[in-house]
Amino acid sequence: MASLAELPRAAAAAAPAAGPLVPRVVRVERVHRETRDTVTLALRLPPGDPALEYRPGQFDMLGPLGTGEVPISVSGGAPAAGTVEHTVRDVGGVTRLLCGLRPGDELLLRGPYGTAWDAEDGVGGDVVLVAGGIGLAPLRPALLQVLAARDRYRNVVLLYGTRTPRDLLFSRELDRLRRRRDVVLEHTADYAEAGWRGRVGVVTDLVGRAPFDPGTTLALVCGPEVMMRLTATALVDRGVPASRVRVSLERAMLCGVGLCGHCQLGPLFVCTDGPVVSWDTAAPLLVIRER
Amino acid sequence: MQTIEAVLAEHPFFRDLEPQWVELVAGCGRIVHFRPGEDVFREGEPADRFYVLRHGSVAVQIYGPATGGVTIETAHDGDVLGWSWLFPPYRWTFDARAVIDTSAIALDGTCLRGKCDADPAFGYAMMKRFAEIMQRRLLATRLRLLDVYSHGVPR
Repeated sequence: MASLAELPRAAAAAAPAAGPLVPRVVRVERVHRETRDTVTLALRLPPGDPALEYRPGQFDMLGPLGTGEVPISVSGGAPAAGTVEHTVRDVGGVTRLLCGLRPGDELLLRGPYGTAWDAEDGVGGDVVLVAGGIGLAPLRPALLQVLAARDRYRNVVLLYGTRTPRDLLFSRELDRLRRRRDVVLEHTADYAEAGWRGRVGVVTDLVGRAPFDPGTTLALVCGPEVMMRLTATALVDRGVPASRVRVSLERAMLCGVGLCGHCQLGPLFVCTDGPVVSWDTAAPLLVIRER
Repeated sequence: MQTIEAVLAEHPFFRDLEPQWVELVAGCGRIVHFRPGEDVFREGEPADRFYVLRHGSVAVQIYGPATGGVTIETAHDGDVLGWSWLFPPYRWTFDARAVIDTSAIALDGTCLRGKCDADPAFGYAMMKRFAEIMQRRLLATRLRLLDVYSHGVPR
């Protein structure tokens, strides 16, 4: 008889075709520790599994076998080649179990779900990405998409805020970005010890002087909700139309397909109408107090 | 080489200030340079000036016996550093230290206070500019108090 931990795996393996709610059993191929509490998991999809079509900004539901699930945005990988990456911060519960996985471990994955950044809407103009903390992870696929077609965009600007300098994600990639002449990268930390030679301050302060033309800009913003509110407001104050500012919302997503209603925000189901929505849609909803 | 007046006229802080007032401000200014690690000012010293940064980076720090120097914020190209010259008792409340080679225009606070008192319209224009900086830094401080990256909803 299958143990409790094996039951979901057995159910997933028995599924004849992947429907929107059917999880896949995937294997951890690599684990990269980003910071003291955050890892990036490179997952290998099962052989013969139809390649999943991910769009930057979408998320999967991930669950270690025999436990619950959490929504985690895709942070990279090559889904067409059978790998997908998720960057997970250990905040306890299921995320702690995810962060404790090792190469070879199996887990359940279903998705991808939700709307995308659609960075291609910025072709011909400037693209500004503003990330706060772990919010860089969902933005990374959009950044990589833009860089892959760099000549189709004008200024590409990444503004990144972290709690401390030690909380930087994808630090090697960011080092490479800093050396590029065709990308502007500004990082700031909320707190720093005296030896730190970079910026100290909040990421919203970077918006005012960043080199972009508000009239041609597409802005993609991801981070804690307060940070996104202030950043989106600063972008609009600089002249970027609210319809050209996109944020990634976060609510308690359970089913991922708009059935359970847990992630409802006003008229939206964040799992299907989001997580990426434009600021003109999100702004009036974010003042709704949840009880 | 640009005159101080020309530099100030192009600086974001003085943008749209009446030209005759820019000239007034420039009369209280001198060009200064700081090497990496050099003090710009120190807590407790008389605050008799403020700085308009042209190029470089300055860390505003507070020293604690257990923590050593902690950087509270940094100032960069186009920023204005220091407002303790505006209010009694005219003493710096933090340390400021150049992080990299930094060039700035130092503006004499006593000189400027006299000109602000003599011409209230000029004084009001200056005060509005400093109030905007204070408002922005207060907002930034409040945001940091929220510690959003620690308690924000994780992904």
